[in-house]
Amino acid sequence: MANNPLLVIENLTKYFNTAAGQLHAVDGVSFTLEEGKTLGIVGESGCGKSTTGRCILKLIEPTSGKIIFQGNDITKLSRREMRPLRQKMQMVFQDPFSSLDPRQTVMQLISEPIIEHNLIKGKEAIEARTLELMRTVGLAERYVNVYPHELDGGRRQRIGIARALAMNPKIIVCDEPVSALDVSIQAQILNLLKQLQKDLGLTYIFITHDLSVVKYFSDDIAVMYMGTMVEKAPASVLFKNPLHPYTKALLSAIPLPIVGKDKPKRQVIKGEITAPINLPDACRFMKRCDCPVAGVCDKGNPVLRELEPNHFVACSCLK
Amino acid sequence: MELVLDIKDLVVHYETEDADVAAVNGISLAIGKKRTLGLVGETGAGKTTTALSIMNLVPDPPGVIKNGSITLAGNDVLAMNDEQLEAMRGNDVAMIFQDPMTALNPVMTVGEQIAESLELHQNMTPEEALEKAKEMLKLVGIAETRAYDYPHQFSGGMKQRVVIAIALACSPKLLIADEPTTALDVTIQAQVLELMKDLINNRDMAMLLITHSLGVVAEVCDDMAVMYAGRIVEKGTVDDVFNNMRHPYTEGLFNSLPNLKEQGEMLEPIKGLMPDPADLPPGCAFAPRCPYATEACTAAVPELESVDGSATHFVACQAYSRPGFALRRNKDGK
Repeated sequence: MANNPLLVIENLTKYFNTAAGQLHAVDGVSFTLEEGKTLGIVGESGCGKSTTGRCILKLIEPTSGKIIFQGNDITKLSRREMRPLRQKMQMVFQDPFSSLDPRQTVMQLISEPIIEHNLIKGKEAIEARTLELMRTVGLAERYVNVYPHELDGGRRQRIGIARALAMNPKIIVCDEPVSALDVSIQAQILNLLKQLQKDLGLTYIFITHDLSVVKYFSDDIAVMYMGTMVEKAPASVLFKNPLHPYTKALLSAIPLPIVGKDKPKRQVIKGEITAPINLPDACRFMKRCDCPVAGVCDKGNPVLRELEPNHFVACSCLK
Repeated sequence: MELVLDIKDLVVHYETEDADVAAVNGISLAIGKKRTLGLVGETGAGKTTTALSIMNLVPDPPGVIKNGSITLAGNDVLAMNDEQLEAMRGNDVAMIFQDPMTALNPVMTVGEQIAESLELHQNMTPEEALEKAKEMLKLVGIAETRAYDYPHQFSGGMKQRVVIAIALACSPKLLIADEPTTALDVTIQAQVLELMKDLINNRDMAMLLITHSLGVVAEVCDDMAVMYAGRIVEKGTVDDVFNNMRHPYTEGLFNSLPNLKEQGEMLEPIKGLMPDPADLPPGCAFAPRCPYATEACTAAVPELESVDGSATHFVACQAYSRPGFALRRNKDGK
């Protein structure tokens, strides 16, 4: 199905004008995503991963670039024209505490998108669909009339997922869906998302800062740094053979729950991410890189190149 | 070994009109000099209440320390009057909180904030204190010249370094760090953990590190205690617990972690939720979620007992009275 992808992103950019200058939040991101697959987008705060997710759903207007969904260019569509498409493109947010209306019951929360988009008519049919969705996401029927504050984070996140599923979407952008949850609950939600993908054939874009979560979850992983993609590869390849110096540092920085002789040595990178404002025409990672080459890295920001089959890296030093 | 902190049989409840919340139910902990103890558990396990008790900072009302003793560097914390507590807090024991964004005063320069506790506890003049503050900044990897900057001029990682500088300024004997790196990015987290580890070693301190991340524990701790519903269910050196775990809850925590799994495999979450501390189940609080539980588990609260006569490794699980009992993980030889 390689010639018929569900989503194609071409050279997506989003600039914000700030008092200090133009902020390059997303700068030339491209990828394709096939139906039923998961793309993990990883990076640290401020790398543009959430902005990318929001641009794809056109929750914010991209500055330039193309978003092609099911073969149609949706970049220039107006809000009204987007409306029928919204059903197919849904989002699950990070914080199940602030993304749900505290004055609505679980029934109201889950049926709201169904009523709003006129998917099903008749009170009984809507209620039946709501209960079916609750079963799908593993919420017991006794919660149907409770309010979000009566539920723990895991159950609230299940409501968020049910709301997204209510529209029978093709693709769901999950923006840090488990970051606010305890580990044992995190595992429950990750398993649920995985099961739903299997049952419903969903396509996911999984945005997170937690590399261990994307490893478990994704087919392909894209690593972002200061608005650009620095590496993209199948998950197993990326973890076994990271090529970009930033990816290596990022992998090495994960505190592994291993004690004893099997524990790998850690490499800590210096410095911090700075805001991508008024950037020089050079590699954006150069200042933190442990092997910058003068005359190469300071000449232009490198673009993604396919160094091995399906393994793309943006680093001028690598051959 | 010289003990910096010795908690014995601590019980803390929050007594409100609606409920009597049993937050901490009889825990005992000890930390020696230059040692770091990791206190692990999920939201609501009682980790933070334990930490606040050490400084006698449990909000009262509704918090009541019902039982137990806390000895910090030889002094009984619970017997101290307000004046003695003031002198102890920030001097003998310092605390680092999760969120560096809210722990700093936005209208004071960071230099002044570090100097503040030095003037108060060490009777330094403002000039001396500021000099020492600059020294502390250098120690945590920030240029001295930034002593005159305000918190908003620093990034998250830098702010947490400033908070560490404040905490360490008076050379406390014990540092309590409550989720110190949870709000930080992973590369910055690595930097801050490295820094804390070095400082504990070089300055003869002890640290109580509260976290939900087993990765962070493996990275910095010598010893660890796993808390569940206000009790310690397993404790030992990190090697004891990571490589020879005994409690079903500890096993459940490790099984929930995605990074150990190969791709595609389903995770094995612990079923159910942590019990409401206002209404704990009888006997072992983990029994309702435990895959190994039998009726005997609900009869009595299990006591911490030594694992195979070990001097460091303890587990509170009734199942080990059954002959031949072992966790699935240990049986499979994983």
